[in-house]
Amino acid sequence: MKVTSRSLMMTGAMAAATAIVLSGCSAAEPEAPQYEGSLTVWVDADRAGVLESIAAQFEEERGVTVELVTKDFGAIRDDFITQAPTGNGPDIVVGAHDWLGKLVQNGVVAPLELGDKAGDFQEVAITAMSYEGQNYGLPYSVENIAMLRNVDLVAEVPATFDDLIAAGQASGAEYPFLVGLDPNAADPYHLYPLQASFGAPVFEITADGTYDPSALALGNEGGEAFAIKLREWGAAGILNTNISGDIAREEFVAGKSPFFLTGPWNLPAIQEAGINYSIDPIPSAGGEVAAPFVGVQGFFISSRSENTLAANEFLVNYIGTEAVQTALYEVGGRAPALLSAFEAAKSNADVAAFGEVGANGNPMPNVPAMDVVWSDWGSTEVAIINGQGDPVELWRAMVESIQSKIDG
Amino acid sequence: MKPPRSSSSVRGILIKIALLSIIDAIAVFGLFMLFLQESWVAFGAVLAVTVIINWIYLRPGWLPAKYLAPGLLFLAVFQIFVVVYSGYIAFTNYGDGRNGSKDDAITTILLTAQSRVPDSPAFRITVLEQFGEYSFLVTDPDGGVFLGGDERPLERVTDFGTDSTGRADSLPGFTTLTFNDLLGNQRAITNIAVPLTDDPNDGALRTPDGSNAYLYLSSLTYDEATDTFIDREGRVYRDGGDGAFVNDAGRELIPGWTINVGFDNFVKAFTTENIRGPLISVTIWTFAFAILSVATTFALGLFLAIVFNKPNMRGKKAYRLIMILPYAFPGFLSGLVWLGLFNQDFGFINQVLFGGAAIPWLTDPWLAKFSVLLVNLWLGFPYMFLICTGALQSIPEELTEAATVDGAQPWAVFRLIKFPLLLVSVAPLLISSFAFNFNNFNIIYMLTGGGPRDVTAGVDAGATDILITLVYKVAFGEGTGRDYGLASAFAILIFFIVATVSIISFRQTKVLEELN
Repeated sequence: MKVTSRSLMMTGAMAAATAIVLSGCSAAEPEAPQYEGSLTVWVDADRAGVLESIAAQFEEERGVTVELVTKDFGAIRDDFITQAPTGNGPDIVVGAHDWLGKLVQNGVVAPLELGDKAGDFQEVAITAMSYEGQNYGLPYSVENIAMLRNVDLVAEVPATFDDLIAAGQASGAEYPFLVGLDPNAADPYHLYPLQASFGAPVFEITADGTYDPSALALGNEGGEAFAIKLREWGAAGILNTNISGDIAREEFVAGKSPFFLTGPWNLPAIQEAGINYSIDPIPSAGGEVAAPFVGVQGFFISSRSENTLAANEFLVNYIGTEAVQTALYEVGGRAPALLSAFEAAKSNADVAAFGEVGANGNPMPNVPAMDVVWSDWGSTEVAIINGQGDPVELWRAMVESIQSKIDG
Repeated sequence: MKPPRSSSSVRGILIKIALLSIIDAIAVFGLFMLFLQESWVAFGAVLAVTVIINWIYLRPGWLPAKYLAPGLLFLAVFQIFVVVYSGYIAFTNYGDGRNGSKDDAITTILLTAQSRVPDSPAFRITVLEQFGEYSFLVTDPDGGVFLGGDERPLERVTDFGTDSTGRADSLPGFTTLTFNDLLGNQRAITNIAVPLTDDPNDGALRTPDGSNAYLYLSSLTYDEATDTFIDREGRVYRDGGDGAFVNDAGRELIPGWTINVGFDNFVKAFTTENIRGPLISVTIWTFAFAILSVATTFALGLFLAIVFNKPNMRGKKAYRLIMILPYAFPGFLSGLVWLGLFNQDFGFINQVLFGGAAIPWLTDPWLAKFSVLLVNLWLGFPYMFLICTGALQSIPEELTEAATVDGAQPWAVFRLIKFPLLLVSVAPLLISSFAFNFNNFNIIYMLTGGGPRDVTAGVDAGATDILITLVYKVAFGEGTGRDYGLASAFAILIFFIVATVSIISFRQTKVLEELN
């Protein structure tokens, strides 16, 4: 603390000295310091448009200029981590909740007190934005995958994943079921709901809904049961690592499959193709609820920001309002995190349907160890689906490898 | 007496002064900022450079220095500094969780150690100022009004004024700060902790926005004298020597900070399990990939250059234009396009060229190696074609004619005369091409990502991983977080490999030159 106040005093002294020199030593008036700075916000191109008008409003009402810097969304996390410690970083960044672990580990985000406003947001969004019991972000949207069904091919909602495959095969379509995978990394994110239905989350979930990064749960019995199922589905051709996300979308749009496990980002293409679709819950494969990962997007305040009050005001009282959350939803198509805005957005049947599936979901783990997990997890799933060894042995080797890397 | 200056030299001096003053203005601004940030090394460097530049350009004579100075400056900034800096990073632990100074780390730890007391109410406050000190005028949820300041516990006050919502907003003798006043000193105000009572365990009020305060308890306290953190259970966190506060049980506080670690990163490079295990096979494949890439592209490029060098060939320009196309493509984009073409079930190659066969181009270890080489051949041959065409055209026709008159066959002419002459001018480019392919990150990363991976091996290395992609995975990608220090150490090691190979090769090419 001492350090900060010392450098603050120095800054103040320097600024005062310069001001006196520049003003030609004119009579200095003992006034409260007037604010001269501005808020710097890093946003992606889609969000920038919406924030422009709100920034103008903020400037008018609060007298603080907001500088929006448009950045590629994918680059924001790493740029922020490298630039914030130099003191040249922004005051606020837009980001995804699963970055949070990395941001906290690097000490670049400051806790954000939402006060009584926390209750106005979807619970999953608030859980996602907290790390080790501390809230760090203002959420603006939630997003998750669901099962899309081509109603013309299969008329009824299947009760279980086995029923879904049976219905898919009975429909006579080329593929009973589609999900986008990668030949080298599969896609643990998309396959997760099926895994979760066997009772195998990544980390143990504690009582307050957050993850315990020290307790890897992948390796429990459910995980091994899922591994065996993966092998079965791979052998039967239900899962094919050569069907990438793009190919899966194309084939579904061409009406070659009744089921497609995907998120709202593929809806525009499906609507354009005139597919008669329905958004259903993901049927359980292992008996328990097939909970998808929920991704939450929001805004974070830099721990090196000198404009903490203004940044807090801008996030909580401007971006956290229904009008802004709705505007962000309209440009991004992702369901708003603010409950009142979400209720309004639910008049769109697609948002309501995805939201219902997401209500059962778990936030994607935001612990820093996730970077380690994704890679081993995906390549092991590839090996199992393609029958390159005994599924249970491969799964155990993966858990061991992940555990050893987390232990460092 | 000197001859009177002409008007043009006066204009020159004016321009010189104008340019110098722009540079000096920028330098003074930079110095000011660096002074504020207390970056004394950079401050000294900028100051020295500014003085030297002014001295060089203001004093008469020393013409060469005037021409050399800008070039030397840019060389220092863009080359020498970058090299020295990555060398420096290689000896630090700079990476995830270790990316700032110790002071920053302490500030951040104290910041995140504050947590709101569960179920505590929100207090409405007004920030007041008296004699340069800030105070909170607190209206508690029951309507009671208190005054407190930084490390001054709350005291009940009575003669306050209230606003329309019932919040106390003024006190005689104190100035009420407006939102705009608050903005002028935001850090100071958000750092104020007003103890609820004399007992620190009751928590302190802090305000995130200047109008509401919440009750916080700190789970950690910092003791400056012993440089330790103590948590509420009495556990002590000491500076563990590797850039973080650690307690006896080995738990680290995040974040840590950057320190010098000597040769640790170089040691780690050889002892990290993920690297050491596959190091030999990856190194062999890296050499194989670089050598085969150069050999295949050079062979095809040379062959095409000879074919297209026939003077009486028709439509040469059109052919040449088509041939350059792969060269004009960005490498990583080609990687993505080929990724689609190679898809086992849906790719053009299997579907159309092989009539629907399921050849696992990118998922079988050997086929993946072949595919990577094939794509690199496609990407690389136009370059070789270009340089071979140029080199061939610079060989005088008379040599060929003379040899033919002497009765040499075309193959002999090529093998004994043209090829050695060609190698003299092309060999250095082949060496640089080798160095480039040795570190050809793009093509491997975009096409196979280093895969296919043998998951039973327990290490991240795949069949097509070359050294640089392996290093990327360990240092930046899927390991235990980003480690710039380790990555810089690897970069230096790879530089030494490439430099050694290049030096040996250049020695060899000298032999070629002596042929003439």
